[in-house]
Amino acid sequence: MADPMVIVDDLHVVYRVYGASGDKGTAATALVRMLRRQRRPSIREVHAIRGISFVAYRGDAVGVIGRNGSGKSTLLRAIAGLIPPEQGAVYTDGHGALLGVNAALLDDLTGERNIVLGLLAMGMTPPEVKEHYQKVVEFSGVGDFINLPMRTYSTGMGSRLRFSIASAKNHDILLIDEALATGDAEFRVKSHNRIDELRAQAGTVFLVAHNLGEVEETCNRVIWLEKGTIVRAGDDVPGIIDEYLVATGGQPRAREPAKS
Amino acid sequence: MLPRPGLSPPRLSVVTNRGRLSAPGTLLGQGGPAAPDAAATVATKKQATSRTNELVPPGSLSALAGSYGLRPSAARPPVFTYLRQLWQRRHFIIGFATARTIAMYTEAKLGQLWQVLTPLLNAAVYFLIFGELLHTNRGVPQFIPFLVTGVFVFNFTQRSVITASKVMRDSLPLIRALYFPRACLPLGYVIIELQQLLLAFSVLIIIVLASGEPLTWYWLLALPALALQTAFNIGTGLLLARWGAGFDDVSQLLPFIVRTWLYMSGIMFSISALSLLSGGVLKDHPTLAYLMQINPAAVFITLIRNAVLASARLSFPGSAPYNGHLCAVYRFQGDNHHYLQHNPGALYYSAHCHPIISTPQLWMYGAGWALAALLIGFVVFWRAETRYGRG
Repeated sequence: MADPMVIVDDLHVVYRVYGASGDKGTAATALVRMLRRQRRPSIREVHAIRGISFVAYRGDAVGVIGRNGSGKSTLLRAIAGLIPPEQGAVYTDGHGALLGVNAALLDDLTGERNIVLGLLAMGMTPPEVKEHYQKVVEFSGVGDFINLPMRTYSTGMGSRLRFSIASAKNHDILLIDEALATGDAEFRVKSHNRIDELRAQAGTVFLVAHNLGEVEETCNRVIWLEKGTIVRAGDDVPGIIDEYLVATGGQPRAREPAKS
Repeated sequence: MLPRPGLSPPRLSVVTNRGRLSAPGTLLGQGGPAAPDAAATVATKKQATSRTNELVPPGSLSALAGSYGLRPSAARPPVFTYLRQLWQRRHFIIGFATARTIAMYTEAKLGQLWQVLTPLLNAAVYFLIFGELLHTNRGVPQFIPFLVTGVFVFNFTQRSVITASKVMRDSLPLIRALYFPRACLPLGYVIIELQQLLLAFSVLIIIVLASGEPLTWYWLLALPALALQTAFNIGTGLLLARWGAGFDDVSQLLPFIVRTWLYMSGIMFSISALSLLSGGVLKDHPTLAYLMQINPAAVFITLIRNAVLASARLSFPGSAPYNGHLCAVYRFQGDNHHYLQHNPGALYYSAHCHPIISTPQLWMYGAGWALAALLIGFVVFWRAETRYGRG
């Protein structure tokens, strides 16, 4: 069996959310609260992940499915080490790179500068950046927009560029949070191939997607989350996806007969 | 197509009693090829959905992690590893700083000219209001270069700490997207401000020379003073970046604190003149004058003024042997217009008075502030390294 890359051991994540306040939120109410030495009532705790354990190995592509708010993105952030666990632990071999749909890099800089900075931030040296630059531009396919600030990009173009930057380096762990959803068909094929390549180089890929077809095509394992806990997790990707679809009130996916 | 492992998972026996199974009894049959119908019957009744997690091998997971050398993902690196990582990212820090500087002014027609125009306009406003209306120029031989140097030097610290207090919030997408030592961000911003200051200094040189100050070797002393100030700004920037990441209140409050600091640091007036002159407001408050003079901004400003302005250096108390008579002339006539018109040299007699703190002490305070800020700021920032992505 391959080496484990990510071990999630009884993970609990709690968010403290500010600003979900019940009071009117005026300066007067804030003052009264301070005079009474009350804590901000608006601090609410959200127990987003409630005791998850699993192991992912080198070369795995793990799909994470579940409804909105079931804790998928939180799980990925915890694996990337961006959110400290409240209880339990996440062990990884190296640092994960997280790609989210909203993760603009530096919006007012050109695509070109974002590429250079992104590659430098990932720890490349200037010669390495030079070497990878052209590949990233070509892969992203944003064309002439490369010289324009990223805020002028369409959502799809932005996510293409981000994916291209993040996947330029062979990350041991790549975490993709709906980042491919806005790409067009051509880019989906390209990114799919790139994910396969990363897996072949013994990396581990996590994919959060509501497009279950994408999960089924890309992943060899799947985790179904519901309210921060695992409903099912295993190697039977089509089986679990079907079960999830039925549980959410849909129909099992129509598939071609399995290839031998 | 990817290789799809067999549908009968070898790790079914794995279910340890770690409390993840609500219904371990229904395990059998779940591993088999999940025929849609079978799955449907299980899942239509939601309570009946069995919880099966086939991705957990038996045994202790933390022991498994240990045996393969896996490390907690949210662990902060040890201090020296962290410093080494920072050094590795030096190209990123410089690149980030340069890119930000360019982006900062892309929307403005005059572009990066504003880097110099803003502090110049500030200096002009202070000159009109403080110098001309409130006569805070009392007892200072060359007020314009004195004021402009003060404004430019303070501006460096002011902008460093204010931008640093916001940087972690502003860069949240970047922090969440890529892993890099987070201290790169406040460091980058201080370097931006240093670049701006060096640009502003080229304007300052023109102003200083135009006002009749000579070019001397003493100017080189501005470099170590600037280095100390930069170290101080980095340390303070790291500290405020840490606090600003946790509470937005910090960046709301900071402008007021910094403005108070500005008025207390002897920028539009001379602390030593106000404590010496017979009509000076600090005359009867030696402790206050001392505290104002040892505050880091005043220390760096005084050091740099004494380096680039011969008038400041030659009139700095303690720069000439003590002479009670000449000192008294300065104290009583230093703000007397009529007297000074006939004896302009009397403004330099302050050199014969006792200093609030001597020049060597100024350097020691400067080094002390820089070192203390750097150490405290770095440790405080580093301790929270894994928490910046939380927002």
